[in-house]
Amino acid sequence: MRAEFAEAMLQLLGRRKDLVFVTGDLGYLAFEGLAQAYGERFVNAGVAEQNAVSVAAGLARAGLLPWVYSIAAFAVLRPFEQIRDDVCLHELPVKLVGNGGGYGYGIMGPTHHALEDVGALRALPNMKLYLPLVADDVPLVVNAMAADPSPNYLRLNVAAEIPGGVPPFAAWRKLKSGRSAVVIGMGPVLQGLYQLSTPELFDELEIWSVGTLPLEAIPSELATSIREKRRVITMEEHYRSCGLGEALSHAFLTSRVIPQSLSCLYAAGYPSARYGSQRWHQEESGLAGWPLVSRLETLLRA
Amino acid sequence: MSKRAHAGHIGGALSCAELLVLLKFAWMSDDDALLLSKGHAVAVLYSLLAEVDVLTPSQIDSYRADGTELPAHPPFNTFEEISFATGSLGHGLSLSAGMALGARLKGLSRRFFCVTSDGELDAGSVWEAALFIAHHKLDNLVWLIDRNGIQGIGRTEEIMALEPLDAKLRAFGFHVVVTGGHDFPSLLAARDESTRQLDTHGRPVAIIANTVKGNGISQLENTVDSHYLPLGDEQYERGLDELTRAHRARLDEYRNAR
Repeated sequence: MRAEFAEAMLQLLGRRKDLVFVTGDLGYLAFEGLAQAYGERFVNAGVAEQNAVSVAAGLARAGLLPWVYSIAAFAVLRPFEQIRDDVCLHELPVKLVGNGGGYGYGIMGPTHHALEDVGALRALPNMKLYLPLVADDVPLVVNAMAADPSPNYLRLNVAAEIPGGVPPFAAWRKLKSGRSAVVIGMGPVLQGLYQLSTPELFDELEIWSVGTLPLEAIPSELATSIREKRRVITMEEHYRSCGLGEALSHAFLTSRVIPQSLSCLYAAGYPSARYGSQRWHQEESGLAGWPLVSRLETLLRA
Repeated sequence: MSKRAHAGHIGGALSCAELLVLLKFAWMSDDDALLLSKGHAVAVLYSLLAEVDVLTPSQIDSYRADGTELPAHPPFNTFEEISFATGSLGHGLSLSAGMALGARLKGLSRRFFCVTSDGELDAGSVWEAALFIAHHKLDNLVWLIDRNGIQGIGRTEEIMALEPLDAKLRAFGFHVVVTGGHDFPSLLAARDESTRQLDTHGRPVAIIANTVKGNGISQLENTVDSHYLPLGDEQYERGLDELTRAHRARLDEYRNAR
């Protein structure tokens, strides 16, 4: 999604005069065009994310619309207090952009993964998270963030390719119908469901994508599905703690849309202390490939 | 107000009192902005805001009381004069840098003054900001360091040595002005030298103001206790008396000089 993001930021420049793009020295072979087009409004703040986020808060206080880009882990976790105090507390329109949410940086290893970025930011007041699924979501999300006066986080990743396409980006999107269980997920990890080698299993799944957090009210169509099928499976490339599954659990209980069973598929971390590509880590966590088939079979036959 | 609130952080407030007075009454224009990065010295800031009628006497009386608008570190989004809630040390210089860069990008001539403590310089983020300010040659920003030599539970040079601080700042690319932090003739000279530097050389300026923690109250002066502890009754009476006398002497000096 990085190329689409850069393109969307270029397009945005034609419509807004208040943009400033701050990068934490990342974007090699991706943001050169942006740097040229933004000129003095492209600021490479170096490998110094704490300063970058506070500088962005200062820029926002000056009436500008700063975007701060880094690898997801570095964009969120190193400057967490700056995000909390300088951005969220003051409700300033700083737009954080983290690339490679989840295991996106694959073999680069655990320091480069972000398995707690969403959970960390969910705890903060005024923060709204955007979780695109496919490449076409990115320009819509960038425009929505530019129009959103609150602090935002954009979790970028390799875009999912969903056969037959998906509806335009929204807080809730139904991707497909299915007979016996409702899967609710966030981000491109949902692609694993479309690559299942077992068509009959796939047919059983109704799939929904969550596009923003905090969750918006559960759509009535989804509530009806959950009451009918009674089985919900959540799916996220993020630790279970403070992730989508926990957010949904709360939403279900407080809105009285109570499934009979709730199972969470999530990033397990590094259970074998071995490393690999994003796909390899997804499989180890049961989020893709045969491990996902086997998890789903167990859940659906239970 | 500090006595009524049984408030500590008196030493670090008294050490930067003249610095803030200089900024507010002898340096800053209406467009300029002050950010008190050492938010624990907020008693001085509130006093200044009362002096210019931004805060009312009853607001001052509510300092630190339940339900007050004036907590022990500056609040957020409450007063236009307080652009950021500070208190967690090591944020203010970066925030000032962002506002200064923002003003430059918008073509505004606004200037930004950031007052940090010296213990605060232990925080790595301060040095990230210093690199950033020097790299971007932010000549609409002045960094003032309240060099009182004492931090939370001891002397800076024993806890985390900062010296040679002026050389460090010069190496980062700042024009460094070292001044006494309590007498106005020195502070005014530091102001003039800083303004000259900013206007003619386009280099960022850092002022190291050598100050005394708890300045003006002899029992507090240069003591670690003055960082956290509130004033006792006797300390308060004697301290107030000392401050009043010093203030009168200063006024006389000023009148005689005219």
